[in-house]
Amino acid sequence: MTEASFNVSDFEPVSGAREVQRISRPSLSYWQDAWIRLKANRRALISLYIVIGLLSFTLLGPLLWTVDPAAQDLDQVSQPPGADRGATIVGPFQPWEGATANAQVSGQEGAPAEIRLAEPATTQAVRLLWDPVLDAAGYRVYRNVFPAEEGRALGLPLAEILSPDRVSFEDRLDLEARTYYYSVVALDPIGEEFPDFTSLPVKVIRVITAEQAVERGLAKPGALKPGDQVQLKLHPFGTDYLGRDLLARLMFGAQVSLFIGIVAPMLFVLAGILFGSTAGFLGGRTDQAMMRFADFVVALPFLLFMILFKIAFGIGPGESGILPMLLALVLLSWPATARLVRGQILQIRQEGYISASQLLGAKTYYLVLRHMIPNTMGVILVTLTFAVPSAIFTEAFLSFIGMGVAPPIPSWGSMCNEGIKTMLSHPHELIFPAVFISITVLAFNLLGDGLRDALDARMRSTE
Amino acid sequence: MLAYTLKRLVQGVITVWFIATATFIAMHNVPGDPLSNDKAVSPEIRKNLEEKYGLDKPVMEQYLIYMGNMLEGDFGISFTQQNRRVNDIIREHFPVSAILGILAIVFAALGGILWGALTALYRNKLPDVIIMFLVILGISVPSFVFAALGQLTLVNVNALLGFTLLPVAGWGSVGHMIVPSLVLGLGTMAFLTRLMRSSMLEVVTSDYVRTARSKGLPPTRIFLKHQLRNAVLPVITVLGPSIAAITTGGFVVELVFAIPGLGRYFVQAVQQLDYTVIMGTTVFYGAFLVFMVILVDLIYGWVDPRVRLE
Repeated sequence: MTEASFNVSDFEPVSGAREVQRISRPSLSYWQDAWIRLKANRRALISLYIVIGLLSFTLLGPLLWTVDPAAQDLDQVSQPPGADRGATIVGPFQPWEGATANAQVSGQEGAPAEIRLAEPATTQAVRLLWDPVLDAAGYRVYRNVFPAEEGRALGLPLAEILSPDRVSFEDRLDLEARTYYYSVVALDPIGEEFPDFTSLPVKVIRVITAEQAVERGLAKPGALKPGDQVQLKLHPFGTDYLGRDLLARLMFGAQVSLFIGIVAPMLFVLAGILFGSTAGFLGGRTDQAMMRFADFVVALPFLLFMILFKIAFGIGPGESGILPMLLALVLLSWPATARLVRGQILQIRQEGYISASQLLGAKTYYLVLRHMIPNTMGVILVTLTFAVPSAIFTEAFLSFIGMGVAPPIPSWGSMCNEGIKTMLSHPHELIFPAVFISITVLAFNLLGDGLRDALDARMRSTE
Repeated sequence: MLAYTLKRLVQGVITVWFIATATFIAMHNVPGDPLSNDKAVSPEIRKNLEEKYGLDKPVMEQYLIYMGNMLEGDFGISFTQQNRRVNDIIREHFPVSAILGILAIVFAALGGILWGALTALYRNKLPDVIIMFLVILGISVPSFVFAALGQLTLVNVNALLGFTLLPVAGWGSVGHMIVPSLVLGLGTMAFLTRLMRSSMLEVVTSDYVRTARSKGLPPTRIFLKHQLRNAVLPVITVLGPSIAAITTGGFVVELVFAIPGLGRYFVQAVQQLDYTVIMGTTVFYGAFLVFMVILVDLIYGWVDPRVRLE
């Protein structure tokens, strides 16, 4: 057995040693890694662009499209997008004498032989004349938007003329540029209708007076004379049932819907973080009591309480109802985040790096700021993204049943509520706000999926 | 198990008591009162009405009377529908909502389980892609939009056929129930499909399925006995929240389709500030939802022995 002998040179590093391990790529922080993953997810990226687009639509839109969302354009009520905007200039309204005839001299039996227009039908007035009916004690005039022949669909009774001699009628009731079907029925002395009726389709052309055109800023004073054509104001998305510009209303509605949809989740997630981290950090009996309280709030029926809250802090005159809704959302929605954050905190407290940090003398605030919060941030961000669509849904639901934002302030939900009433005749008033709600919710859902896959390895979906 | 059930029931009762109290406080905070409407009422009549409804008593006494009546199951008389007891309104109109809701939840559960299983089997193939796209759409579209679109489609289909295939609105026959319950169940179905898909994907790769396959069991048997039965379990856990979603979704669907269910009366009462009806229906709905969630939890513990209830 020989004794081992060492020289100093034996302790020098071996030159040309093979590199066993090497970090071949640049080291990435958590957020850099997440961003790379998110960028690789095409659906999430498109959703992110849509969200950015919606935010600029809401915030920058009103600067570019400066139409007042409450202003009514009564020449264009319930117009779909791309409708004809032409109007003919006419002189101011002139009263009309009408016409009379002696039924016993020139009348024929049954129904008027013919209805005629006294002058071209315009949105200013439709003036009807008809042939008298023998033995008629009066006439009733109807208007419909469908042909009246089939099944006696006479439509809206416009007037009852209780004189046998009067054979004319002037219609000025909410005329729109479309085809109307006027019907005239003779009445007997006790007011019963004759079985026959006469009908006339009338195509009404849109007119405005020169003064109105000037008033609405369509032309300079004196520039127009009767017979000229003008183009009425442009409404790219059409108008609603009160003639309000839909694009402007969608932008202002977006402000309400997105404000509630984004601010409320931020507030309740923040409340949840504070509550949950306090409970998780203190632990013991305090934790038990705090979580029992959270369980209690979770058990409350959410929408019922939203409605109750809304009733209790009802909307006085001039109030929008946005703040009560925001407050109710925050008060009822925080427990989910609180539970999540508490669970995370409890889990992280067990981790080795926390013990290591403590051993090295780290203070509590350092542990919380350096380890706890950054490590829960991913989960919190995902929760936040998924909370946005549900808050938007809640706002839309409440506004739809008339428990949300008070008119005249538009929100997408209340616009749907108004649009559904005219759904059959003017579907665009429902479709636009509905599509905006759906796209927004869709974008936030897909973005949430993408963020979850990018940020949270444990929650990564099985796709 | 018994102790757990009792504990949950006691918690449920406390929650319902809180709901009742909160409703009472909310009603007393409302600006204005139920007797002030557009008709001018002379002070004498007003005084008589206040006496009749007990509004002249101190708030604490009103609260005790209200709680006492509620314990006896008496919700009082409607303010806007003269001489109609709230109990009668609930008794007459809740069954309508219940039928609609049960149909919707059956439809949602069957559809969700079927589509979810299908997407998992055809993972990343065409049926999966199409169904998952529809699911994302179903989750993103609010229930009232579905209701409106359903009604619009029905109108057009009827017009196209030239006869009434299914009635557009109202209630009474089986034909009235189909489209509203489909519409009401769609959102929940989309949600359940997604859940079922991920649960199924987990089961498909599990050891017992591999064992079954290596034993040479027929694929249909594996699918039904091993995969579907185990994958369905998580679906049961979300039935509680689903019932809540369908109950509140019913408010809107009943409104759009003019169905005389309790939801529509509740929304109307809220809009007209009909105090007793709001209080009665809120407490009723609250108790219904709270105990439904408890029931679903108990059922889950019973169905899945791995879950320890405590």
